[in-house]
Amino acid sequence: MADPAGAGAPAILPLAGSDLSWRAGDVEILREVSLRIEPGTRNIVIGPNGAGKSVLLRMLHGLLAPSGGQLAWATADPLRIRRGQAMVFQRPVMLRRTARENIEFALRVGGMREGVRAAARAALARVGLASLEDRPARLCSGGEQQRIALARAWALRPEILFLDEPTASLDPAATRAIEEIIAAMHAAGTTIVMTTHDLGQARRIADRVLFLHRGRLVEDTPAREFFQQPRSPEATAFIKGELLW
Amino acid sequence: MEEISQSMGLAMGLVRQLDQTLLAIAGLSLKVSGVAVLAASLLALPLGAWLALARFPGRQVVIAVLNGMMGLPPVVVGLLIYLLLSRAGPLGSLGILFTPAAMMIAQAVLILPIIAALSRQVIDDAWSEYREQLLSLNATRWQCMRALLWDLRFTLLTAVLAGFGRAIAEVGAVMIVGGNIDGVTRVMTTAIALETSKGDLPLALALGVVLIALVIAINTAAQLMKSYSMRRHG
Repeated sequence: MADPAGAGAPAILPLAGSDLSWRAGDVEILREVSLRIEPGTRNIVIGPNGAGKSVLLRMLHGLLAPSGGQLAWATADPLRIRRGQAMVFQRPVMLRRTARENIEFALRVGGMREGVRAAARAALARVGLASLEDRPARLCSGGEQQRIALARAWALRPEILFLDEPTASLDPAATRAIEEIIAAMHAAGTTIVMTTHDLGQARRIADRVLFLHRGRLVEDTPAREFFQQPRSPEATAFIKGELLW
Repeated sequence: MEEISQSMGLAMGLVRQLDQTLLAIAGLSLKVSGVAVLAASLLALPLGAWLALARFPGRQVVIAVLNGMMGLPPVVVGLLIYLLLSRAGPLGSLGILFTPAAMMIAQAVLILPIIAALSRQVIDDAWSEYREQLLSLNATRWQCMRALLWDLRFTLLTAVLAGFGRAIAEVGAVMIVGGNIDGVTRVMTTAIALETSKGDLPLALALGVVLIALVIAINTAAQLMKSYSMRRHG
């Protein structure tokens, strides 16, 4: 299990959300979503555009405060909770510095003082980008930037990693590389929560599927069951491609 | 037309001969405005970054006031600094009225809102791109400000250059607090004003040509440095 705070620190998972809602003005984007994220699982959030996937992810990560409902981590230590998670966005935000310095920045902000450079190099090596350590990150390709973003997240040794459609704008080769890194992170003990609109990707990665539709959590089902025998008519239609994406 | 060509010739002559008076005046201009820009930037850039990231009631009013202060009248600023630094003023004991230091202070006050307002706008725009990533990394407000200032350094150079352009071209404030004393506080703009009032228009215009050439040269160098660095760092 990933243990960013060191041996003996309390785990932040499971994460329980109850009746989570989020409003943008008069529009209710998320409606009374309740879920539980267990440690070591790969949770894929799917649903058509506008279903509230990204909002849910940002809320779980703490970037958005729920308009209603509650989030409860396994520990009450706020620093431990913040440092126990990381997020990778659809469009990676790279600082105007080298690939290695981008990771060093994250490590220093995360409180690391010693061995920062070595840790950043190791993180880049884990995603197969050791040779790019001195290249300005913004001059790397889209796929490389997303791998750097994953290396940055991995370097923080999060207990849980949130990914918001990390391969949405990548070609199949880059997508495969990203999926391999996610699998490696999961194998190293990181819990995965990821949104995607790619059903094939959901099949490849998910242990469990959270299907959102119009702001509601319509299904929360083991992946195999979701794809073979979806419980809801909305999910059935979505899998058949009958709903708008 | 004849006067203009005569002035051009005179300007070239002054530059070719490396006229000592011209060099001294141009040197003082660069020194006063350079120090003023440096001092103003040290305050204005963090202020702009803070204002871009901070959310508080009345923020829009503060931004509107700051933007409005970009048009501060130099003579009014000069007069206020004069009152502060005059013997009877609260800072009179410093004894720096009619010295380059007073001119630096006046110019710094004049351009601080320009650099702060322009940098606030630049950083505000970038913050929408960086915000979620930096907050996700648990960066503090201070760490976010530092990261943004460093990342946007080449773009912010434009705001600093705008301040420099305003400072070196300014005449009213430095005239009041500097006094245009020959060899002590005479800078390009006050020298131009003096020669104009004496009726030596060709010399005034020649000095103006040198001043414009200096400003263009500095801006061009900064622009080249900026585009090179942008290409290099992405």
